[in-house]
Parts: sequence; structure tokens; C-alpha cells
Amino acid sequence: MADVRLINVSKRFGESKKNDAVMAVKDLDLDVTDGEFLVLLGPSGCGKTTTLRMVAGLERATSGEIFIGDRSVNDLPPGDRDIAFVFQFYALYPHLSVYDNISFPLRAQNMSKSEVDAQVQRVASRLKIEHILNRRPNRLPSGEQQRVALGRAMVRQPQVFLMDEPLTNLDASLRSEMRVELKHLQQELGTTMLYVTHDQVEAMSMSHRIAVMNLGVLQQVDTPLEIYNHPKTLFVATFIGSPPMNTVACTVVDGHYLQGIDNSFRLALDSSYTARLANVKEVVFGVRSEDVRLVNDDSAQLRGTVAVREPLGDETIYDMDMGQYRMAVKTPPRQMFRQGEQVGVAINPKRIHLFDRVTGQAV
Amino acid sequence: MTQQRESLTRLIGFWVLLGIVIFFFMFPLYWIAVSSIKTRAEVINRVPSYIPYAQFEPTLDNYTSVLLGTTIQSDTGVRASADLSIFRDRLMNSVIIAGSSTILAVILGTLAAYAVSRFHIRGESDLMFFILSTRMLPPIVVLIPIFLLFSNLNLRDSYPGIILLYTTVNLPFVVWMMKGFFDEIPVEYEEAAMIDGYSRLEAIWKIVIPEAIPAMAATAVFSAIVAWNEFVFANLLNRTYAATVPPWLNSIIGVGAVEWGRLAAASVIFVIPIVIFTFLVRNYLLRGVTFGAVRR
Amino acid sequence: MADLTIEQLSKNFGKTAAVSNVSLTIKDSEFLILLGPTGAGKTTTLRCVAGLEKPTQGTIHMDGKPINGLSPAERDVAFVFQSYALYPRKTVFQNMSFPLEARKLSQAEIQQRVTEIARKLAIDGLLNRRPAQLSGGQQQRVALGRAMVRQPRLFLMDEPLTNLDFKLRVEMRAELKRLQNELAATFFYVTNDQVEAMSMADRIAILNHGVLQQIDTPENVYNNPANLFVAGFVGNPRMNFLACRIDKSARTIIGKDNLWQLPLTGNQFEKAARHQGGNESVFGIRPEDVELSPEAQDNTIRAEVYVVEPLGDRTIVDMRLGSEVIKVKVAPDFTAASGESLGMRFELGRFHVFDKSSGEVII
Repeated sequence: MADVRLINVSKRFGESKKNDAVMAVKDLDLDVTDGEFLVLLGPSGCGKTTTLRMVAGLERATSGEIFIGDRSVNDLPPGDRDIAFVFQFYALYPHLSVYDNISFPLRAQNMSKSEVDAQVQRVASRLKIEHILNRRPNRLPSGEQQRVALGRAMVRQPQVFLMDEPLTNLDASLRSEMRVELKHLQQELGTTMLYVTHDQVEAMSMSHRIAVMNLGVLQQVDTPLEIYNHPKTLFVATFIGSPPMNTVACTVVDGHYLQGIDNSFRLALDSSYTARLANVKEVVFGVRSEDVRLVNDDSAQLRGTVAVREPLGDETIYDMDMGQYRMAVKTPPRQMFRQGEQVGVAINPKRIHLFDRVTGQAV
Repeated sequence: MTQQRESLTRLIGFWVLLGIVIFFFMFPLYWIAVSSIKTRAEVINRVPSYIPYAQFEPTLDNYTSVLLGTTIQSDTGVRASADLSIFRDRLMNSVIIAGSSTILAVILGTLAAYAVSRFHIRGESDLMFFILSTRMLPPIVVLIPIFLLFSNLNLRDSYPGIILLYTTVNLPFVVWMMKGFFDEIPVEYEEAAMIDGYSRLEAIWKIVIPEAIPAMAATAVFSAIVAWNEFVFANLLNRTYAATVPPWLNSIIGVGAVEWGRLAAASVIFVIPIVIFTFLVRNYLLRGVTFGAVRR
Repeated sequence: MADLTIEQLSKNFGKTAAVSNVSLTIKDSEFLILLGPTGAGKTTTLRCVAGLEKPTQGTIHMDGKPINGLSPAERDVAFVFQSYALYPRKTVFQNMSFPLEARKLSQAEIQQRVTEIARKLAIDGLLNRRPAQLSGGQQQRVALGRAMVRQPRLFLMDEPLTNLDFKLRVEMRAELKRLQNELAATFFYVTNDQVEAMSMADRIAILNHGVLQQIDTPENVYNNPANLFVAGFVGNPRMNFLACRIDKSARTIIGKDNLWQLPLTGNQFEKAARHQGGNESVFGIRPEDVELSPEAQDNTIRAEVYVVEPLGDRTIVDMRLGSEVIKVKVAPDFTAASGESLGMRFELGRFHVFDKSSGEVII
């Protein structure tokens, strides 16, 4: 196993002088420690797949250096980097059996037949696919195809595993199953994994750390809970979490009061915020839907009307009409409010997030 | 530096290769064009000349005599001039016959293709293969049966006969291409239009046909080329009245001393209408061809 | 708005029965969602109502009048396709005016209706664009608008949100629900996403292999599933299923390999006694109805931590019990090491038992 280091890596598509040149990745600094499961997370077009492909050698970095272990791999072709790549669409060889698919990478190395067989069996039993070794891939269900693709990657025992949205094409229940299996597998094997996805639930569930990217720029690298509880930018805050974090554009008034623009509300914050808000006037106020409560008394600072009630079984989401803006509130299933009802909206003061409206940085 | 030199070599190599391919295909056409503006003496000259004005004096005599049928002094006598004035009539016939059969093939083929694509027909794949298989047939094989058939039906040497034949020959191709094309157009558009309040025919006319025009243009071009150039049946069936150009071009070659210059001029004139037609629909051509070719 | 009655609807394609004897009623102004996995027959049912498919058997009535023989145009229903099916060569305005032109409305009226609906859906700035120039979300609104301009008696929707990215889908759920409320329209909506169904529907009708499984409010479908399929299909993460048998003499449920047991209350035992089938059963309990504690208590079952998934607003712990895995929903700040032994407690009164072969609910 090895660590992966990206130092000031950039990737440009297109001629630099022409107008349609695109900076897919900008000045990326990223360290993946040995044995870590790091997820690159972001919307489509954010540069995560390009980054992965640069580590793999399928794309050439425009500038910067990439290290796998102790070696600088910028000039090495993919075959020499000792990495394994799992594609989104598996890319299994259709004319070969599962056994041959898995043993294929070993053919390049001079191993004896019995050695190859031993390796394939080891991987197959790990992934529980011994029973399909003789079948052709295109007749298998996607869950098994996915495991074959994983097997093909695992059999070479590479230094780093690279995965490009491998679970995206599976249906919901299979995806949750495979998430757990992948996480367990990585914990058992202790392999270094660099994993790309746009699904934030996947990222939260499986990773040791998440690297959030947007428009080619790295936003934040942290453990899942840190990213969730202490997002450093507005983008990270609204990208992670479902429903998305409630946000309202505000101006800072009288030191520690927030005045929503369009006079939507006036929220009093603890006086300790005065210091934090000293240098900033225009902010975005954010609070997650589970940190808001609906109350029937007058204790809440804000009031709203229930616009939509979404009962999800284990919790209910209320879409609240707050006048100039809307808020989503997550409540336990037993709480019942009817549509059109006017209720108090109480915000947990310890779980407020504030962002500079101009830069997007957390305040 | 190595990378730069490498790509420069690749670029040069590419253009050289392209140049060779272009030369290979374009030279015969060039030769014909150049021959058409040479005098009779020049055309049969042992030493070939390639560049007008630089190597020989070009002349338009060939064109005028082919189109206007002026009598010329030749060993073969007056008969030559009569032959040449026939060219205009034959050209007219070619236009009528190829044009009609193309239009018929495209319209009927498109309608049939729509039906096969949208409605479930029993034995659909067998039917489609059967249609395709007619394309695999060498014309020579059915030469005599067709001849006998047309004789019995009094269709020999007539417009309807040959038009019917060409339409039939082109229909399979049109149906096959257009069916693939219709399969690619989601049926939801027509369904949406029907839900919106239109009958199926109205939906087809307003929504599907405008989408289909590129593909129809492509199939029209291919059908037209087939009908325009067709030689075997034209030669056999239509000898005088409804005769087309290709048999005539062939017949010239065997008559005494060949008027190569005029032959070349006639060939050039014969190619032009197709070139113009293809040029007019060129924008639709690429879309039309790839649409039909990509099968889901 | 209209009500819809479907009676004994069946549709066969060749020898396959896509829809079998489905009967349901949609009330005036109700939002009914037909939910089921891919291939369940939901789209076929919808298309039969639209007139795009001819039923093999069964009748469909709208407002008491049979519509079986009517063409799609005559049924006065609007259909929103999964792929939107926007006319590619027409502008947004023309797409929305097309249905009105079929009804020979005056130009002035068409203009007025289209602009009004466009404003309501916030697409009035896009009226001159072609569908290819719009984003997925915008295309979706145009498809909605095209349906709305006709003021039809019934809205039919075929998985309209499937092609949108996750965030947009969450937003559109609340939007659609609000819209349906405002218009007081009857919505017949099809989806395979159970969260969508739970969040938007007044009632959910669950379909599997063309057969109707249950039709009820979201809460009832969640808390009182009629059979094993419904229990496993609705709810995320999926309900835990454990093999078990009912010991009638001891009045207990006994788990696989005798690893656990649960006493039955009098009420529960009565239901079990009434059940005619064999003793092989499936025990179902939802992740939020399982408690974890480090100390051993009276009625806890000891199990090992397999994987911990921190999702931000909650954490899911996969516990290994013998050869089975149970997912438990716990607080977001919960931590545990892989392999750690913890005690599990099932909340009594919140579990279900199903017959293993028929799937019907016993308790």
C-alpha cells in the first residue's frame, strides 16, 4: 500500500490562448495517507473525475506533481503506476468469462498457472463470486458485475485503488448493500482507496475523509462529521445534507442581530457573536433542517405556516412558508402539524452557520 | 522538443496519405473533365496532356455538339450527328425516370417504415430481413424473368415500366434506413401530440415529418444515384423511346472510331445533376446517414 | 377535476402479464402515487389510463363515465413523460401553445394562458428558447406547463423527476406538492422512488409484478405494511429481515440458530395462532426501532459491530448477529469500533412477522 500526494496539480483542456480553454482542476493540493479511504465529492463538472484520471495516468497534468508512494508518476504510463481502476460502467471484457476477466491483469506478469489460479480464487472467495466464475459478464446482474470489476482490480494487489462512481448504476437497495460491503472490505484489506462520487450519502458513509470539489477548486478536506458539522464554505454546507441546509441572505445589524434582506426576519444571536461578525456586513445565515424545531408556544423568534408536509416514515419534513423565504424542518414522525397551520419556528442557537455573502467562506 | 517533432511528422504523414487517397479518387474525374475540353486530335494523342492552356488549347466544341447536335465532319458520317442529338432526349428521360422513381420510393418507403417501426407487425424481423435480402440480389440473376414479365405486360420501353422497376429496387433501402431512423425518434413525441388533442395523422405530419426530412433527404440521394446510374435494366428494357443515358454512353464506345472528347463531355454533363442534388441536400446528408445507421 | 376508477385492469404483452387485475379509485383532487420497482407495470397502467395502450381486460371510468373507447385526445388528460418529450423544433412558447391550438382557441387566449402559466412556473424568461437550450430542471417545468395550460381533468405523470439531479429532485418534490394543492388538481403519479412517494402522496398504491400489493396513506403503508414486499420496499434504510420461527407453545419468537428470542403479548399471540401456514417466518424491524447499548441488560441481544456509517444527521450501524446483519439507526455522534460487541434491543410493539413463503403479514 502507498500514499498518494498531489502537489499544486492543475489540468487545462483546450489551447491556453483560445477562449474556450477550460481549467478543469485548479492548483489542487491533496494528500491521501496510506490505507485511507478518501472520497472526491462534488457535482458533475467539478473536476473530481479528471483528478482521478490524472492519478491513474489516463490524463496528463498540465502542471504540478503527483506522487504514488515515493515515486513521482507524472511521466509514467498507467500500466507502470501499480494502480487499479474500477470504471463506472465496469468495462468488463464481454467475450471472456468472469474467471478470465479477473485473471487478465495477471497475464502481463509471468506467473505460473497455479499461482494465477490461487490469486483468482482468493479474490473470488473474498467477494463471494466463486459460483459465477464460469459465466459471461453480460448475463450477470449488476451487483455481481460490480464485484467482478472489483475482483479484477483487487487481484493485482496494487498500491492504490481508484474508483470512478462504481455504484451509480445500481438500484437503491443494492447500492446501500454494496456501500457497506465496500467499506468493510477496505477496512479489512487496509487498501488505499481514492473514490469519486457525486452522491454525498456515499461519501459520508464510506470515507475516512471527504475532499469536496467545485468548479475545479478544492473546497474542504475533512472527516465526514467535520464536513457536516463545520462546513468551511457555503457550497460545502449546501451540498452535503439532505434536505439541503436552509439559507437566508442577511445583513448584520447592531453587532449581533441578523436582518434578513427584504425584511424577511430579524434574528437575535448570542452577544458572543459580536466579535465574529465585526468585520462582515453581508452574510448568509444557515441552519440544517434537523436543528430547527416547530413549537406551539410563543417562545420561538420566528413564525411560519406549514406549506407542505412530507411524511417519510421515520421522520417528517415540513416545508415552511416564512414570508419572504422558505425553510425545511425535520421532525420526529409523531409530531403532527396540518397544512396551513401557523407555528413557531425555533432554531438551535448552537447549530447556526454563518457565511460571508461575498466570498462564501464560513464566518 | 521530441513531442513537437513527433506531431509534425504525424501531421505531414497525414496530409501525404490524404493527398494520395484524394489523388487516387479524383484523378479519373479530372481526366474526364480535361478530356472533354480537348480537340479530337488532342484526345487521341499518344503523349497525354494534363493542364489546359499550358499543354494544350481547350475547346468547347465537344459540349456544343453534344448538347446542340451540330453535324460534324467525321469518318462515320451523318450518323454521328444524329447520335449526338439523341443525348438531350436521353438526358431528359433520365431526369424524369430517376426523379419519379426516387420520389415514389422515398414517399412509399417512409410510410412503410413508419408503420413497421410504430406498430407491432407479426413476423416483423422476418419481413425486414426479407426486404433487406432483395438488396443482396445480383441484378443479372433476374434479368431474363424481368424481361419476360415486362414483355407480357407491355411495359417494355415505357416510362411507367422502368419507373416501377427502379422504385421497387430502391424501396428496400429506403424502408430499411427510415425504419432505423424512426426507431431512433422516441414515440413519446407523437404520444404527447395525441394527448394534446391531435389525431395520429396530424401528429405525424406536424411533429414526425419535420424530424424525418434529413433522413429522407439522405435516402433520396442514394436512391437517385442508383436510378440515375442504372445500366443493366435500362439497356435491356428501354432501347428507344424511354431510353436513359447510361446505355447510350456505352453504345458510343463500340461504334467505329470513338468520339472520346464528346463522350467525356456527355459524361461530365451527366454527372452534374446528381452533384447539384447532393450539394443542395449536403447539410441533411450526414445527419440522415448516421441517424439511420445507429441502431438501438 | 375528476375522479378516476380503474376496475380489474389487466394488460398482457404476448404471454407476459404486465398488469393483473388492478382495481383502484382516485378521488377528486387527490395526489395518488403508483409505486413499484422497474417492470412492476406502473407505466403500463398509466398509459392505459391515457389511452396510449389498450387494456386486455377491465374498465376505466372518469367521473362515472367509461373512457375505454376514447382516443387519447378525447380523454382530456395531460401526460408528463419521463423524458419530457418536448417538441424539439418548437420554442418553449410553442410547446405550451401546441395543445391549445388543437382546441382552436383564439390567439389572444392562447397568449394569455401560456404567459400566465409560464409566470407561475418561473419560466416566463425562457419562452423563446428551444428545449435543447434548457437545463433539465427547466425542461421539466416546460413539460409541466404544457400539461397545465390545458386545464385537464386529470394529470398523469410518468416518473417526471427521475432525470433530475438529487438536489433538484428534493426541491421539486415540495414544488410539485404545492402546485397540486394550489390547482386542487387530481394527480396520478408513477415512480419507483419510495421517498418521492412517501413525501408527496395523499395515498400510495404499491405494485409488484403487475399485482396491487397495498393502497393506503404513507403513514399506514410505513407502519402497517400488508406484506413482506411492501415492508421491504418502503423505508430507507430498508427494514431488517431476520429468519425466525414462532413457538406457539412457549409463546415466543425464536431467531435463527436460537441466537435470540422475543416473548409475544396476548394480542400478538392471538394473531400468530390464527395464522394457518407453517412456522417458518420472517421477523421484520425497522432500523429506528432498534436500540444499542454498551452494557448488557436483561433483554438485550449481543451482536458485533460490522460497519459504522456516519451520515451527518444520523448514523447507521450495521450489526452482525450470527450470519445475519441488522442495520440500526443511532444518533449522529455515535462512535464504535469495528468488531466491538454491543447489546441490541428491539422495541416491542414495533416489529412485524411475515409468513416466509406467502409474504403475508402475521403480526
